[in-house]
Amino acid sequence: MIQVDLPRFGRFQAWRDAARQLAGNRVAPDQVAWGDAGLFGTDPVPPPGPHPVTASNEFLALAQTVASHSDPERWALLYAALIRLQQDRRFIANPADPLTDRLARMAKSVRRDIHKMHAFVRFHELPAQGPRRSFAAWFEPEHPILEAGAPFFVRRFADMDWLIATPQGLACFDGTLNFQPPAPRPTLPPDASHDLWQTYFANIFNPARIKTQAMRSEMPVKYWKNLPETGLIAQMLADAPRRVQAMRDAGATVAPAFAARVTARIRQAPDDRPPDTLNAARQQASRCTRCDLCHAATQTVWGEGDPSAPLMIVGEAPGDHEDLQGRPFVGPAGQLLRQTMAGVGLDPAQAWLTNAVKHFKFTPRGKRRIHQNPATGEIRHCKWWLDIERRFVRPRLTVALGATAAFALTGDRAPLTPRRGSVETALDGGPVLITWHPSLILRLDPKPAAQARQQFAADLTQAARMMTA
Amino acid sequence: MAPRTLQQKLAILSDAAKYDASCASSGTTRRDSPAGGIGSTEGMGICHAYTPDGRCISLLKILMTNFCIYDCAYCINRVSSTVDRARFTPDEVVTLTLEFYRRNMIEGLFLSSGIIRSPDDTMSQMVRIARTLRVNHGFRGYIHLKTIPDASADLVAQAGLFADRLSVNIELPQDASIRELAPEKRPETIRAAMADVRLSREAAKDRTHTGKRPPRFAPAGQSTQMIVGADGATDRDILRTSANLYSGYDLKRVYYSAFSPIPDASAALPLIKPPLMREHRLYQADWLMRFYGFEAEEIGAAHPSGNLDLAIDPKLAWALANRAQFPVDVARATRDMLLRVPGFGTKTVTRILAARRNGPVRYADLLRMGAIMSKARAFVTLPDWHPGALTDSAGLRARFAPQPEQLQLL
Repeated sequence: MIQVDLPRFGRFQAWRDAARQLAGNRVAPDQVAWGDAGLFGTDPVPPPGPHPVTASNEFLALAQTVASHSDPERWALLYAALIRLQQDRRFIANPADPLTDRLARMAKSVRRDIHKMHAFVRFHELPAQGPRRSFAAWFEPEHPILEAGAPFFVRRFADMDWLIATPQGLACFDGTLNFQPPAPRPTLPPDASHDLWQTYFANIFNPARIKTQAMRSEMPVKYWKNLPETGLIAQMLADAPRRVQAMRDAGATVAPAFAARVTARIRQAPDDRPPDTLNAARQQASRCTRCDLCHAATQTVWGEGDPSAPLMIVGEAPGDHEDLQGRPFVGPAGQLLRQTMAGVGLDPAQAWLTNAVKHFKFTPRGKRRIHQNPATGEIRHCKWWLDIERRFVRPRLTVALGATAAFALTGDRAPLTPRRGSVETALDGGPVLITWHPSLILRLDPKPAAQARQQFAADLTQAARMMTA
Repeated sequence: MAPRTLQQKLAILSDAAKYDASCASSGTTRRDSPAGGIGSTEGMGICHAYTPDGRCISLLKILMTNFCIYDCAYCINRVSSTVDRARFTPDEVVTLTLEFYRRNMIEGLFLSSGIIRSPDDTMSQMVRIARTLRVNHGFRGYIHLKTIPDASADLVAQAGLFADRLSVNIELPQDASIRELAPEKRPETIRAAMADVRLSREAAKDRTHTGKRPPRFAPAGQSTQMIVGADGATDRDILRTSANLYSGYDLKRVYYSAFSPIPDASAALPLIKPPLMREHRLYQADWLMRFYGFEAEEIGAAHPSGNLDLAIDPKLAWALANRAQFPVDVARATRDMLLRVPGFGTKTVTRILAARRNGPVRYADLLRMGAIMSKARAFVTLPDWHPGALTDSAGLRARFAPQPEQLQLL
């Protein structure tokens, strides 16, 4: 039997050095007795042996965490796992293996304790000794985690001196971190910020919802004795029913007289008068609830461009990009439209660009929104706005992109293919040139897409010609 | 009246802030202070305390002021409420944040505010506080700013540079109830504000042509909150709205807040016992949508009323309503299908997938790997277990639902 005793600090490294040498000689796990903190003295460890010893990074990370567990058996378990790992590399990745399971549970318990240390250490301010402010805390962890838990505070509180005292030792920081053996529990001076903290704790609590089970599982009672705020909990719970009853008894109150004056000043009265400008129409449309699309869509996407333009281009409905930005034709299909227009000598800024339906219709799929075609009812409801737009813009020519726009403008829902490239008459009079919607071109396979792209450009060329004629 | 002390202001303005459920401090960039400044963030959030209402305290959650010109019926701070009012100076907020932070009581600041004078005026003061913390004090901790929906884009852009998280509250699941109960707010501007945050975050991820990265914009993303039980929306309506919000604005979280009586109630809303169980079931359903591949419609369709079953969890309710898809063979099922088994969590499923590469997975293995077999056993087959007629038995729901309570005689 070989007795290996590990020091108070730097224990994991010491275990790793000893385990490497023992495993190099393939010393059986039951031939090693591991101990903490010099109770039995240490036997000489055999010199490096003939067998190679390897371990994955994952195992080392696991072992380092398990090393902070309070179970005295942890060193023996880790050594047994290391020996087993030399023949069977896979067992450590199998959650159904009992040893893997046990080590994983121990690591989880340690990680939780470290996390709770980061959460529940409460510093008290001490009189400063120099230019840096100075703080101290007393904390009682479940496992010997001081060394593993302290670097967090170095990263967080680099500009102050601090001391964390625990039953297992002290962590002191004054620009560098060092560990010292345990000392008697320090008396910490009263700190005014702790009184403010208690005020905060008592007032952020909602007495109408009591869930003490949730509180206890996340803030286990074993940590309470060192938390200043937990002293208030009993009184807060005792008062809660009375406070809730008081709210009930008080019931609704009478609003002070000035309240109505304040809200009257800022509340926008609904305006249902027929709009007398395009801009007024836009304002009204931004609050439109004529169909149900407004509930899911972000906002009304109104037309844009030159309101006195002789050319109006009507698409189907805003897509994802248009909905987020609140502007028409800014997504991929819009870019294709703008490029093609520029290519045939039409300036998008000198036309009125709008959609037959002014809200985005979609079905949610996880983090994406899948475009849906607007229904006939939605197109009919939204025609109200398209008609108003047309009354103010009074275009000489309208280009309908796709079947929805063609239907909204002409009332004809016949298939688009035979109609494309022809000029029809809008319901309110005026010529309507029918063409593809650019999103169709983006959806098609390369070969038909190239043909559709050509037809689209030819139709827009025809529109340009009609404008100059 | 004597001016209020800092302690009195803190009491009023934390009391006023407690109806906001969010307290997350996770998911932001990693920062630390050895090179200067104070504070750190390391990805994982830390809850520094819990109050008996079961909510964590991770951030100093306060209002800059609870004076407000809006009149939202559900809110304690509405203009027509007779609650005590107070207002912090920017320096008071900064000092409180830093002093609590140095004592390791908080991860940072969650600052919200009543609307004073105008949305822009309020927002600019909140941005000023965040800027003072970041620039003058080198604060590296977490900052969550509530965004005022009607504030100018320029102010929101600045807020995103100093804050880790921005949030705009959708407040209620249906547009009609927002218009009715919060007449100064407009659902479309609330959504437009969320869209702006999403677009700004995306723009900040694009490198310039020289390969330079623009400054990060709200690296911990955005979240929102919905009040449950103040209007007539069903759970299905609520989940639909959540699905729309998640898909549209890349939200990290939608918080559900059971409508809770407030000290100075409005006549428009009844004082009720907060529906805490309903809130809990909605969070479970929300998790199913985000981590288990469920659609809002599937969860909402499990019960004809459109509300979630309060007696059993929504995954179990879905499985009971879709028994034709069970039992599932654990040795062969896809990850997606394993995630739908009641009693299997995401971690359990990951462990099952790792374990079944190493050999057959048996009943006892599943128990050890964290599966809740009391739920799962009716829905899985294993080398040493077959549910037989249990999956389709009529009394299956009764096995999970709590026993009906015997009413007391008066």
